[in-house]
Amino acid sequence: MHTLLVARRDLAAYLHGYAGWVIVAAVLFVTGLLFQTRGLGAGPQLSHEVLETFFENCGGLVMIAGILFTMRSLAEERQLGTDVLLQTSPATDAQVVVGKWLAAMGMMALTLALTLYMPALIFVNGKVSLAHIAVGYTGLLSLAAATTAIGIAASSLFRTQLPAGILGAVVLVTLLLGWLLSDVTDAPFKDVLAYAAFWDKHFTTFMEGRLHVRDLAYYASVTFAFLLAATKVLEGRRWQ
Amino acid sequence: MIEVRNLTRYYGDFPALKDASFRVEEGQIVGLLGLNGAGKSTTLKILAGLLMPSSGTVTIDGIDFEHDALELRRRIGYLPEDPPLYVDMRVADFLRHIGRMKGLTASEVETRLPQVLRIAQLEARAHQVIGTLSHGFRKRVGIAQAIIHDPRLVILDEPISGLDPVQIVEMRKVIRNLARGRAVLLSSHILSEVEQTCDWLVVLRDGELVAQGTEAELVHEVVASRVRLTVRGAPSEVAAWLGAHAAVQTASVERTEGDIATFLVELTGDDRERLVSDLIAKGYGLRGLEAADDALEELFVGLTTRRAEA
Repeated sequence: MHTLLVARRDLAAYLHGYAGWVIVAAVLFVTGLLFQTRGLGAGPQLSHEVLETFFENCGGLVMIAGILFTMRSLAEERQLGTDVLLQTSPATDAQVVVGKWLAAMGMMALTLALTLYMPALIFVNGKVSLAHIAVGYTGLLSLAAATTAIGIAASSLFRTQLPAGILGAVVLVTLLLGWLLSDVTDAPFKDVLAYAAFWDKHFTTFMEGRLHVRDLAYYASVTFAFLLAATKVLEGRRWQ
Repeated sequence: MIEVRNLTRYYGDFPALKDASFRVEEGQIVGLLGLNGAGKSTTLKILAGLLMPSSGTVTIDGIDFEHDALELRRRIGYLPEDPPLYVDMRVADFLRHIGRMKGLTASEVETRLPQVLRIAQLEARAHQVIGTLSHGFRKRVGIAQAIIHDPRLVILDEPISGLDPVQIVEMRKVIRNLARGRAVLLSSHILSEVEQTCDWLVVLRDGELVAQGTEAELVHEVVASRVRLTVRGAPSEVAAWLGAHAAVQTASVERTEGDIATFLVELTGDDRERLVSDLIAKGYGLRGLEAADDALEELFVGLTTRRAEA
């Protein structure tokens, strides 16, 4: 119950403020622009290639939006002193963190829902399967889940949005590019770094319409790990 | 009903609160007094559940933090110095949200809301956006959120700071109303406010609880031995005589007018009769004798700075 109350409050704050809508509008604008230039306007391509390009573009923007949506989440509560309302309520720190994450996921889901017209255009005018579209969006939501969890963990560490956003972005970039180190390291780190690749090893399969449990498990584990970290930060604050 | 036992809190190696114990009974308004850094906010934050104590216990109706912190938070309402408010929400919607967060059902919140709006004198502002309210009304919304779930203990940190005189009078009424059926613990730097509002005082100094009791008890303990003595005689001679008298701990000249001087005298005990008879026997003229009447200020200064002077 507390989780849903926190999520509802945060979602309302996103929807009643302008910042959330600015992020949604920016994502839709850039996605549309890239769809027109890299998808429809990039010369003759097969339908599934246009769809893959769309998911690739969308994936990048999902990561940026995830950080932007969440960098204010816990940091702003602390800055405004409203974290007291959460900390003195009978909600556990885990419920607060998950509630915040659900609200951010709600905004991500809304944003992604508003992009559906583009795959729909490909589906109507080309030849792609609904399964490919469904798997691609599953991948985008998985990516969003992990990114927002990273953003919330970063937000739990700071009093203001900007350093939270920067830290979230740094963690994300490290996860994105960490696999490059796998070429210059030995086992077992080589395998770990290769497996941890946030995009190349796990998202490209979704883009291509292939659903693997290992990829879902990877994003679920990243999400869990960072939400747990945020919870521990909140718990630790009572002992500081 | 609310019992604080041997509460200690360290920040690193620094003891912000040392072994504090006190009780707050239902219907009682308890004032927490102390200078900045005395440990007031640390005490309030521990009671509110924002900080964990290094040792010691807080129990409300037999429930303690160690065993059921979440249940304890249900029984406490907390208003920090700056009211924590979602300024984009309307007053009633905000209180509904907090009520649900505190564990009330939707129907319980709807039943409770009109009562809380009445207690906090917010009926006319129920549908106003919080961000558009004045500081005084924001404080009241802060109080309303602290009592929406009908807690057993309400904690108010500097509840009247920043309020104008009219708002202070109104807030005083609100605080008195709060104590019906529950306990109120407040901290304030404004001593006259504590004097008018609180039934029981707890005084902290350097993290230690140095005194507690009713204002009258504490004033008697600290101030009964402080008198203001107006004497006719050479001021320096009288000062020297007072300084040497066995019943006098300290004597300082407050003002002189010719050969009449007023002394603030701290006695070793309530030994006024002996001092007066010796003074007259010595041949000085006694023009006046009164207990120091700025009682609460004297109490506050006496209890909170004694160690610094020593």
